[in-house]
Amino acid sequence: MDTIETFFRNLATGGGINLSIVYDPYDRGRFITGLVTTIELSAVCLVLSVLIGVAGAWLQTAHSAFVRRCVQGYVQFFRNTPPLVQLYFFYFAVGSVLPRMADQHGAMVPPVSNFAWAIISFSFFAGAFNIEIFRAGIQAVSTATVEAAEALGFTRFQIFTRIVLPLAFRVSLPALSNNIVNLVKTTTLAYAIGVPELLYAAAQIWSESLNVREMMNVLLVSYVALIGVLVTVIGRWERAMRIPGYTP
Amino acid sequence: MRALAPLPVLLPFELPARCVPGDAGFVIPRAVFTGRALALLLATFALSLVVGEALAAPGRPGVVETILKWVPVIFTGFLFNLLVSVLAMGLGTFAGAGLGLAQISPVAPLSRVAWAATQFFRNAPWLVLLFYAMSLLPFQLTFAGWSAPFPPWIKAVVGLALPVMANVSEIVRGGVQSIPRDQWESAESLAFTRRQTLWLIVLPQAVKRMTPPWMNLYAILTMATPLISIIGIADAMTLTRGALSAEGRPELLIPMYLMLLVWFFLYSYPIARWTVRLEEKYAVNI
Repeated sequence: MDTIETFFRNLATGGGINLSIVYDPYDRGRFITGLVTTIELSAVCLVLSVLIGVAGAWLQTAHSAFVRRCVQGYVQFFRNTPPLVQLYFFYFAVGSVLPRMADQHGAMVPPVSNFAWAIISFSFFAGAFNIEIFRAGIQAVSTATVEAAEALGFTRFQIFTRIVLPLAFRVSLPALSNNIVNLVKTTTLAYAIGVPELLYAAAQIWSESLNVREMMNVLLVSYVALIGVLVTVIGRWERAMRIPGYTP
Repeated sequence: MRALAPLPVLLPFELPARCVPGDAGFVIPRAVFTGRALALLLATFALSLVVGEALAAPGRPGVVETILKWVPVIFTGFLFNLLVSVLAMGLGTFAGAGLGLAQISPVAPLSRVAWAATQFFRNAPWLVLLFYAMSLLPFQLTFAGWSAPFPPWIKAVVGLALPVMANVSEIVRGGVQSIPRDQWESAESLAFTRRQTLWLIVLPQAVKRMTPPWMNLYAILTMATPLISIIGIADAMTLTRGALSAEGRPELLIPMYLMLLVWFFLYSYPIARWTVRLEEKYAVNI
């Protein structure tokens, strides 16, 4: 470990390549915290956005036209406006009208932190796309299957959760994986409201250690690697979930 | 993706044909496009104005009046966003078309390098690429004793053009590969060279298929342009925040941000509708 640190320290002084995150424990700590925050943010948003997608797709099968229109309005709104403006709208505009609350030290703080606003904003954003993705999958389930379930005495909710969704999910998975990749890339926007994720941590490191060039490349490689791992995992999952004999 | 095999459990289905990923957007599948989202958005905006008006301290100019005062300034910023989007799209399309053609080149090293570059820039977040372009491009270009300034906003255009390039490259590759092999073979039997086949036979057919995803990409890019405000370029977002801090009135926050959302929606929504229409029009099997 020591030899590696010494090597990178020498590389910085002699070689002109200052990778401070390898030899400087403080920078390394910040970088790892940033990486963990990005993964946390992505994971929470992923789960919430899939839940929104499933719930929205369920609501789109509702009998009431009003409910269907509201879901459609939500989808179109989040799809056709810039995610950064959405994030600012939530954080600066909606966040400012919420009443302040006292924390355990008695200081008045906003009830929703910037991390939570990022989660809310990105989940709604990605969720809007997931609704459309699941809707396409649900359309693939034949009415005969649904009718058969009805004949067996399943309720509407049971049919959705036990028959339609498991089939629709498999069809939706390729489009969903695309959306998940985009979600991970969208988490970089949290930088704008000061969430200490990977980009934010990297920006702090390069402005203090003055190694913009090195950190930029580290950052790019980190994201490409992170997304590469994600794509591989989802690809495995897709193969595992494949319906045998059914090739789209 | 399209499945026509009738299987007992699944009907033939159609998923969004081409997925163009980007931070700002994804696929625009065949949804029922109606004016409902717009009506909902405008109603929310109107409501926010009424509430803002009610909350405004007596003796100060009303919310509507204050917003109208700022509209010309912010709209100029919005037009700048659109200009950036057009320039980045032009640059990205030009570079991406070249990269895409390199991807389908029969020269293996060239196609492999082009594939790697495409994947790399497609998987990197747009904001990171913007930072990359901003801090690593020189502030002035020097060429044979000539030097020209390289202003930050042009760097931002280049930064946004990088992911566009990678996505266009995929669109071109996908478009060309979607043309059946028979077309290539029949052209070959008629003694067309590879270049002639590509330019005279395959590309004219592929362009039709590439247009909808390309427009989709443009909508995505436009939604990504406010990112340039993060790296310090005065666009609509920067000007809105400037106006808000100059006024310092909390009741203005929601209406002003909503106004910006409405503008972007009004610009992007017709493009989305048009894209869907084109997709349906060109969905003919060749």
